[in-house]
Amino acid sequence: MSETAHETGGTGPSHRNVEAGVAVVVAAVGLITVIGSLRVGVGWGDDGPKAGFFPFYIGLIILVSSAVNLFQLFAAENDNAVFATWRQIYKVLTVVVPTAIYVAVIPYAGIYVASALLIGLFMIWLGKYSAVVAIPTAIAVPIFFFVTFERWFLVPLPKGPIEKLLGF
Amino acid sequence: MFDDIGNLVHGFAVVLQPQNLLLMVVGIVLGVIVGVLPGLGGANGVAILLPLTFSMSPTSAIIMLSCIYWGALFGGAITSILFNIPGEPWSVATTFDGYPMAQQGRAGEALTAAFTSSFVGALFAVIMITLVAPLVASFALRFGPAEIFSVYFLAFCSFVGLSKEPPFKTVASMMIGFALGAVGLDQMTGQLRLTFGSETLIGGFDFLIAVIGLFGIGEILLTMEEGLSFRGKAAKINLKIVIQTWKELPRYWMLSLRSCLIGCWMGISPAGATPASFMSYGIAKRISKRGHNFGKGEIEGVIAPETAAHAAGTAALLPMLALGVPGSPTAAVLLGGLLIWGLQPGPLLFVEQTEFVWGLIASMYMGNIVGLIVVLTCVPLFAAILRIPFSVIAPIILVLCAIGAYTVHNNTFDVVMMLVFGVVGYFMKKANYPLAPLVLAIVLGDKAEVSLRQALLGSQGNLGVFFSNGLVATVMTLGLIALFWPIIQGGWTRLRSGKSGLRPAA
Amino acid sequence: MPATSKILRFGAACLGGALAFSAAPAAAWEPTHPIEIIVPAGTGGGADQMARTMQGIITKHALSKQPVVVINKAGGAGGEGFLDVKNSKGNDHKLIITLSNLFTTPLATGIPFSWKDMTPVTMMALDEFVLWVNAEKPYKTAKDYIDAIKAAPDNTFKMGGTGSKQEDQIITVALQKATGKKMIYIPQAGGGAVAVQLVGNHVDSTVNNPIEAVAHWRAGKLNPLCVFDSQKLDYKDKIAGDKSWNDIPTCKSAGLDVEYLMLRGFFMPPGVSKDAVAYYVDMFKKVRETPEWKKLMSDGAFNTTFMVGDEYAKWVADAEKLHEGLMKEAGFLAAKSN
Repeated sequence: MSETAHETGGTGPSHRNVEAGVAVVVAAVGLITVIGSLRVGVGWGDDGPKAGFFPFYIGLIILVSSAVNLFQLFAAENDNAVFATWRQIYKVLTVVVPTAIYVAVIPYAGIYVASALLIGLFMIWLGKYSAVVAIPTAIAVPIFFFVTFERWFLVPLPKGPIEKLLGF
Repeated sequence: MFDDIGNLVHGFAVVLQPQNLLLMVVGIVLGVIVGVLPGLGGANGVAILLPLTFSMSPTSAIIMLSCIYWGALFGGAITSILFNIPGEPWSVATTFDGYPMAQQGRAGEALTAAFTSSFVGALFAVIMITLVAPLVASFALRFGPAEIFSVYFLAFCSFVGLSKEPPFKTVASMMIGFALGAVGLDQMTGQLRLTFGSETLIGGFDFLIAVIGLFGIGEILLTMEEGLSFRGKAAKINLKIVIQTWKELPRYWMLSLRSCLIGCWMGISPAGATPASFMSYGIAKRISKRGHNFGKGEIEGVIAPETAAHAAGTAALLPMLALGVPGSPTAAVLLGGLLIWGLQPGPLLFVEQTEFVWGLIASMYMGNIVGLIVVLTCVPLFAAILRIPFSVIAPIILVLCAIGAYTVHNNTFDVVMMLVFGVVGYFMKKANYPLAPLVLAIVLGDKAEVSLRQALLGSQGNLGVFFSNGLVATVMTLGLIALFWPIIQGGWTRLRSGKSGLRPAA
Repeated sequence: MPATSKILRFGAACLGGALAFSAAPAAAWEPTHPIEIIVPAGTGGGADQMARTMQGIITKHALSKQPVVVINKAGGAGGEGFLDVKNSKGNDHKLIITLSNLFTTPLATGIPFSWKDMTPVTMMALDEFVLWVNAEKPYKTAKDYIDAIKAAPDNTFKMGGTGSKQEDQIITVALQKATGKKMIYIPQAGGGAVAVQLVGNHVDSTVNNPIEAVAHWRAGKLNPLCVFDSQKLDYKDKIAGDKSWNDIPTCKSAGLDVEYLMLRGFFMPPGVSKDAVAYYVDMFKKVRETPEWKKLMSDGAFNTTFMVGDEYAKWVADAEKLHEGLMKEAGFLAAKSN
């Protein structure tokens, strides 16, 4: 998959830098684990190992392996490969950003209204569908989910003011 | 024994009544729906549909419920293969080769192989239940904490050292999985850990949220990066594909048999279907001549985990009936159902409720056959989903992922976590960190930790407990062999060829 | 074809429910959407079984116009479920079934909730605890077993139980105090698993609830030694051989002065309407009259005390105090630094 990314050419953040970033984030996870474990105790208590005993060593292993990964990264020759071109990153962001907004809106607008907006905008904006096709799809899909989950399987999902107005 | 056969025949007579056959079809269809919608899952689905069955006779009710169960098991493979979203822990290993096959336009083939393997695995387990039920139940009793840990140990060992990714990235990935699995309440001390005072973290990280994010959302992001399309456009959509795939399958009988045995064994020991699927995949990859092709769309990589998972899932029903201990959340809900009908699971169920038990066993046979027919005829339909343009199906998948993540704990924070995992998955995949070890560790990590600590607590810290009897010693030794297999194999080749091996063992 | 017609009726009921809200008269309170029962424990446990049985009874006898949904929120020893109810102020369609973790979880973990954050509805029953041993072992009475514990060094005998710093371990600590010897307490995830560990001889004894171990007793695998209650159980039907629940002596009579009962009751979120509480009290009264409920009670040898209102609140307050004392004594309170 990443090979195709390289073939398309173009500029973008270097693979090496991004990978170093990932290694640092991984190390941070390890560090958080170690700190969290220390807070609950890592020794042996009355009833065997304390709660932090295992996560503590897990955290240490994460730190060590991340250090090795970083070392290997910089020991190897820099191949100047591109992580992804700016154009590709833009494309990924066109999904990440709307989804992030979608996720943020769910607690307030309810999942059904948010989903209708996501599907509609996605189809019109990225799929270049006309509103005549997109809007009915965007409305039909959440209604289908509503009937399936709320009515048929009785699984309550987050609902917002519009559902309340309709009496659900 | 002859009594049992008589009972089974009688059971078939009950099951084959037209009314019960209809219930089976209804159950299978409901089950497939439940299995496909990520928010429902087997356990939820059975729980939700349970009240429907209260007005039926216990035998009719269990027929319907077990068919929902089979349907959900079959359905779980569909999203794994088509969208890389495993709905249940034991479907994770199916994505490794199933999804690449779908991308290559071989979705029909992968689905057929998956459904057929599920059927074979489940059927094998049912036959085992029919023949040796009492024996098996007493075997399950031998599993104390040390024995259970040894089984998890074996599952981990047969899976590590498999990935092509750099070893330290694999280790980092697996350890992150362990760390995430440790968040929340520590079952052994009843203490909260790694929550940093956050109320939203007390429930810990559920595997489903991690998997939906890492696999499902991560995959959509990767697809976006490469342009707007699913690569499964060329999927053939007619029933011929089923026949063609079937012609191929008998070739893999050895693989199937091995996977069935792994599955049954793991199902009876209380470890269950998830380690069974991972273990079977790992062992198949090592033994197969085409092992190097695993992960790139190899049909053996679909057959192995599916067969084992379903053999295990079915075999796990036995401890539930005979001991009252559910082998999976779904089985737990079925157990609740039994109680409502006034059936007390336990050693006497087989003696006192013969009609019910053999009706259930007969419905397992029939339910599987009916299920296979139903899902196979739908293969073209499922494969056709991939023909829907990406810009339509992608947001719908996103919505389904969000619903799935929400329903795990009925918590909107989990939906946020899902997206975070999605972005993390994208970066990890691009930076060459394998995702499978992480998922394996989230699913099994805390269970393995708990049984390890239970065993050590019982032995007062003495490690000898892991070699204290034949059963646990054998399983531990198998685990160690699996762990050091690359070295053993390398040494063996070196000995035979007489060359000094400069080649790294892995 | 009962199944299909049942589904159709089910669908029709839903539709009916959706239409009903517009026409509902102002008189008595009625639910207008599905009623959620939160279970602060995993699937398959005692609380879960009770909730699901009630769901079945309510559905089967049409005791509510709206469907009942059971939702498990087991995270953080049930803390997740209690927090959800605490934070659903004024939600008339949410109930939570409790077990002892109502008291033990906030004390042991520091998760901030208390029964005072919620509205008490009813006590449905009290769950008993029985001391069980494997039938292959030579202990015929509680005294045999206690003598064996006393004769052996500390940490010889293993007690299996559900969860950590919860009811089973509280009883174990009380037992240790009575015998003067330490036991190894091995926590498991659920009561069913605990009983099987005892059948497989991986632990020496358990304090399972009757319903969790009854099947193994009937099969002759386990023996009950005594019940942790002030009086014998009330159920006289023969269960195993010629023994009934009523034949099990109290632990006190065997020289073990330990009593413990576990609440199985309902609470609602804070700030719910009085009419809604009255509606559910009435519904649960009807549930208690059904044969299915009575069967569950006798299968599990439950203590069927029923309480509502102030009486119930007072009982809960007393139980909380009791747990605080027990937990403090056992050293189970959460460290404040967390």
